[in-house]
Amino acid sequence: MTKLTFIAHDGTQFDVDAENGSTVMENAIRHAVPGIEAECGGACACATCHVYVDEAWTAEVGEPEAMEEDMLDFAYDVQPNSRLSCQIKVRDALDGLVVRVPERQG
Amino acid sequence: MKNGVVIVGAGHAGVQAAASLREDGYDGPVILIGDENELPYHKPPLSKTFIKDAEAKPQPLRGEAFYTGSAIDYRPGIRIDRIDTGRRSLEISGGGALAFDHLILATGSRPRTLPLPGSDLSGVLSLRSLADARLIRDLSAQSEDVVILGGGFIGLEIAATLRAAGRTVTVVEAVDRLLGRAVAPVVASHVRQRLEATGVRILTGTSISKLEGENGHVVAAITSSGERLPARMVIVGIGAVPNVELAQAAGLTIANGIRVDLQMRSSVPEILAIGDAASYRHWFTGGDVRLESVQNATDQARLAARTITGHADAYSAVPWFWSDIGDMKLQMVGLTAGGDSHVVLGDLPGNKFSIYHYTGDRLLGIESVNRPGDHMLGRKMLGAGFSPTPETVAMGPEGLKAALAAFQQEEPARAAG
Ligand SMILES: Cc1cc2nc3c(=O)[nH]c(=O)nc-3n(C[C@H](O)[C@H](O)[C@H](O)COP(=O)(O)OP(=O)(O)OC[C@H]3O[C@@H](n4cnc5c(N)ncnc54)[C@H](O)[C@@H]3O)c2cc1C
Ligand code: FES
Repeated sequence: MTKLTFIAHDGTQFDVDAENGSTVMENAIRHAVPGIEAECGGACACATCHVYVDEAWTAEVGEPEAMEEDMLDFAYDVQPNSRLSCQIKVRDALDGLVVRVPERQG
Repeated sequence: MKNGVVIVGAGHAGVQAAASLREDGYDGPVILIGDENELPYHKPPLSKTFIKDAEAKPQPLRGEAFYTGSAIDYRPGIRIDRIDTGRRSLEISGGGALAFDHLILATGSRPRTLPLPGSDLSGVLSLRSLADARLIRDLSAQSEDVVILGGGFIGLEIAATLRAAGRTVTVVEAVDRLLGRAVAPVVASHVRQRLEATGVRILTGTSISKLEGENGHVVAAITSSGERLPARMVIVGIGAVPNVELAQAAGLTIANGIRVDLQMRSSVPEILAIGDAASYRHWFTGGDVRLESVQNATDQARLAARTITGHADAYSAVPWFWSDIGDMKLQMVGLTAGGDSHVVLGDLPGNKFSIYHYTGDRLLGIESVNRPGDHMLGRKMLGAGFSPTPETVAMGPEGLKAALAAFQQEEPARAAG
């Protein structure tokens, strides 16, 4: 199990145990983290699973691929550390990962 | 407010309606009833990934924590048999009644069936629910040859998915092109070429005259031209019909779906209908439609919640849709039927392009293959009421973005003036 922390827009913190191979989005949904809608179920087609990756983690998480980047471009309040959480797969190296949820999706 | 809102159908529309009622501050009871015995789940991944991967798990729409945390009384495995509009109450299959102040019908649609000799053989399946997907996944693990009837989105997604899993796949489509009128001919032929290049066999202008079985299980499909296609599994993907029977028996107006107004109210005002089951006059085209898409289901659900909480605006969401067929991400925005000209951006052989459809000088919509940026920009443009000229489109994404920004700058001034 890999530990992930979600920080909702109102500051509420969700510490969750995530299975390797699942996506960060799936864990947000499982634990009902407010503000993650994930309308397309992880198909990289809706951009409503947008999160900010904590600065300490951006290098380990890595850069979005071209398709994701194109979708992200139109999300609300995109920052350099923005990612679509359905495109981040949980793995050992992400143990302790912290992501923040934006004020709104789209 | 004592009986609250009862939602019948716990799919994309029903679950979103429950969530939106709470987000909008509705504090009466919210009861969500579904006849499937599952935590409500996403349907699109079923045809794209789930059926080829023995390890794949369903993708829940919301975690269990959501229902308890939002005081949504989710009751799985329950079917509603009848609506008593006079008493505002529902009859539960197997006994019991349930009263409501407002009722939301989110009953979805079901696969159209094909009356064909042999269609009752085992191994003849269709895909709508998670239970269907599990059957297809299990049977496909033991089936070398698969025949798919119908060259629509779901049929082609399944074809690509099972082909990628190593099956021999034949798609049989009655008309002479794929994807019906849902996409432009150039997109349809592009999809066909690429699928064929992966080894999927596609027979258009062909129908199936009968299915042959041995010991009660399908073994072959016989085409109208007499060809015998071996098949251990036949998937029927020839479209869907709306689940309107409940509404119809209650006397609600039906017109290719449960007829609703722009606030999602049926002909009985305290009964609303949303999603695949609802038909309405679309603001964007002025035509009557019944759409089958996640966007349509969730945006109508949001509006139905606003109608019930008393601050409804008229439905004005921009329609969009996606479909993943092998290595093609198709994305559609707007409603492109009735277009009379189009502009192409990008590179067809490179499998990355977009088609901008016009009627006169009005942009009707965009179909994209592996160009999600064009699609997303399209959603913004149509949402803002901005129709770029074909010349602006030809300038590419940067030119379009600049033109949209300029339009939005002027817009307040125009509204004020
Ligand atoms: C395989 C597949 C792939 C798809 N892919 C895409 C895609 O890529 N993109 C896209 O935008 N859309 C896609 N769609 C379409 C999308 O899933 C539907 O438009 C959406 O599910 C509609 O939501 P809904 O809530 O109206 O209906 P549904 O999600 O079908 O939910 C209706 C629910 O109501 C239940 N029900 C019906 N009658 C009763 C009753 N009397 N009592 C109790 N329960 C009842 C049904 O069993 C069902 O669970 C796909 C659909 C399928 C089947
Ligand atoms: S869930 Fe839709 S883009 Fe991530």
